[in-house]
Amino acid sequence: MSAATAWTIPEVRAALDTGKISARELVKEFYARIERHNGELNAYLALSPDRAYAQADRIDAAIASGDALPPLAGVPLAVKDVISTHGIPTTCGSRILEGYRPPYDATAVTRLEHAGAIVLGKTNCDEFAMGSSNENSAYGPVRNPVATDRVPGGSSGGSGAAVAANLAVVALGTDTGGSIRQPGSFCGVAALNPSYGRVSRYGLLAYASSLDRIGPFARTVRDVAAVMSVIAGRDPLDSTSAAAPVPNYVAALGRPLTGLRIGIPDDYFAEGIDPEVRQKVEGGIRLLEKLGCRRVSIRMPNTEYAIAAYYIIATAEASSNLARYDGVRYGLRVPGGTLIEMYQKTRGRGFGTEVKRRIVLGTYVLSAGYYDAYYLKGQKVRSLIARDFHEAFEKVDAIVTPTSPVPPFRLGERTSNPLQMYLADIYTVTGSLAGVPGISVPTGKTAEGLPVGLQIYGPAFGEDRVLQLAHAFEQAGGAEL
Amino acid sequence: MKISREDVMKVAALANLELTDAEVETYRGQLDDILTYIDKLNEIDTSNVEPMAQVLAASADDSALREDAVVRSDVIAEVLRGAPDPAPPYFRVPRVIEK
Repeated sequence: MSAATAWTIPEVRAALDTGKISARELVKEFYARIERHNGELNAYLALSPDRAYAQADRIDAAIASGDALPPLAGVPLAVKDVISTHGIPTTCGSRILEGYRPPYDATAVTRLEHAGAIVLGKTNCDEFAMGSSNENSAYGPVRNPVATDRVPGGSSGGSGAAVAANLAVVALGTDTGGSIRQPGSFCGVAALNPSYGRVSRYGLLAYASSLDRIGPFARTVRDVAAVMSVIAGRDPLDSTSAAAPVPNYVAALGRPLTGLRIGIPDDYFAEGIDPEVRQKVEGGIRLLEKLGCRRVSIRMPNTEYAIAAYYIIATAEASSNLARYDGVRYGLRVPGGTLIEMYQKTRGRGFGTEVKRRIVLGTYVLSAGYYDAYYLKGQKVRSLIARDFHEAFEKVDAIVTPTSPVPPFRLGERTSNPLQMYLADIYTVTGSLAGVPGISVPTGKTAEGLPVGLQIYGPAFGEDRVLQLAHAFEQAGGAEL
Repeated sequence: MKISREDVMKVAALANLELTDAEVETYRGQLDDILTYIDKLNEIDTSNVEPMAQVLAASADDSALREDAVVRSDVIAEVLRGAPDPAPPYFRVPRVIEK
C-alpha cells in the first residue's frame, strides 16, 4: 500500500480547506480503495454509502457556504461491528446477529458524526470481541495488510487492518483484554485503550461490562488524540462513564518529556517473550531515555496471576451478558418444539466455538458451589493487580512494556490450543483489570518486516500523559527502530 | 480431571446452550486445561483482600442517579421489524402455557 495515498486528519482538513478535494470525492476515493482491497483483507463486513455520502454532502455544503467546520470534518471512519450504528448491520462477527440493524447509534458514533466524521462501514472482529487473532469471526478471518499470510490481531482486527491499509483514516475498536492494543501492534498503527469510564459504552454490545472500553486506531498519535478529544466524557446514557474533565488531548502533545519517570516492570520480561520483540522494545525504551525520560525498574508481583483472573471475570460477565441472544427479539431464531428448545437450538447454532467455550466456562465459574473458588477469588486477585499499578504510579509517571510477547503469527498457526492463545494476552490484560489507559505504538519491525508494538500505560485518566509520550516517541522515529 | 462430561452438559443446560457430543468432549478437555491453569490463583493468600467490586473509585460528580424523567424513544415499530417472529406489539414465541 503506497504511502502517497495515506491520509491523516490534518491532511484531510487541509485538502478540504484548499478545495483540493471535496468530502464527496474523498469518500468515493475510499470506497474505491475498499472495493479493490477488501476482497483480500476482509476488514469490512458492511458498508454504509448512503449515510457516508449524506454526511459528505453536509460537509461540502458547509464549505460552500463558508461555515466553520467541526474538528473532524470529512474524516473517513470505520466502526468495529460490536458498536451500534442505526440502520447499518451490526453482527458482532456472529451468525446469531446476522441481519440485525440497531434502532439507535452508540454515543461514540453520535459524537464523531457531530464532529464531522464520515462512517464508511463496519469492521470485522472476533465473534463478540472474543479472540486475539480475528480468526473467530463467523464471516472469515481478516488478513494483516503488512503480511497477508499473518493475522491482524484481535479482536478489533478489522479496525487495525482498515487503518493500516488506508481503508479508513481512523477507526473505533473495543478492548476488553487487549483487543485494541494488540491489533494496533500487529498492524503497525497507534491504538489507545482509554481508562475505564473515559468513553461512554452506550451502544456497545457488551462482552464483559467491567472491562469493555471503546477507543481509537489511527496512523498517527496526533489523530488518536483528536478522536479521543471528541469521544471522551460523561454520558448520561452510561452510568459508568466518568465526570472527570476532558483535557484537550491534541494541545497536550508537544510538551517535552524531560524528567518523566518510566517504569519498566522486570516481571514483564521474565519468560515467553520473543527475542526480537524484546530487542525492539528495549530499543524503544532507550529512545525514550534519549528523549529525556528516566528509566526506573519496578515490580508488578501479581502479573503472573492476571491471565487466570481475567479469564474468570471476563467469561463470567460474558455468560451473563450473552444470555440476551435467545432468538426472541433480534437476530437468528432456530425453531424448537418448546421455548427452551428454541433457546437452546438458537444459541447452539448461532454462537461459534470460542463464544460457546467462554459461555460454558463463565457459567461454570459462577455456578453453585464454585462461585467462591473462582469468581470471588478472581475479583480479589483483580484488586491485587490494580494495587500493583497504584503502587507503581507512586514511583513513576508511566509504565512501558511490550504490547504482545510475539509478532503477528500465521493464520491457523495457533487455533488448536485456546489456553496458549489466552496466555499471549499477558501484557494487556493487566491494564484491563486495573482500569488504566494504555496505548500501543510501533517500535520497529522484525527482520521479516513484521511490526512490533510498544505499550505505554498511564494512571487512570492519564490519557494526556500516555499520548504525550507516544507522540514524542513516534516523532523521534520510534516506528523505524 | 477437574471437569466431567456431565459437568459440561449440566453447565450447557444452565446456559440454554445445545452442544453436540463432539463439542461436549472437546470443551471438557479444554476446560480441564484452563481450570487447571486457573488453580495457580491458589498460590496467593487473598484472605485479607477485598474483591474489586468497582473498577474506578467514583467521584462526587459520578453519581449514577439522574432525574426520573420520561423520555419518548419511539422505536417500537423499528425494533419489531428486526424481530424473527413479530406480532405487533408483541414478539411471538413457542407456546409456554398449555390450554
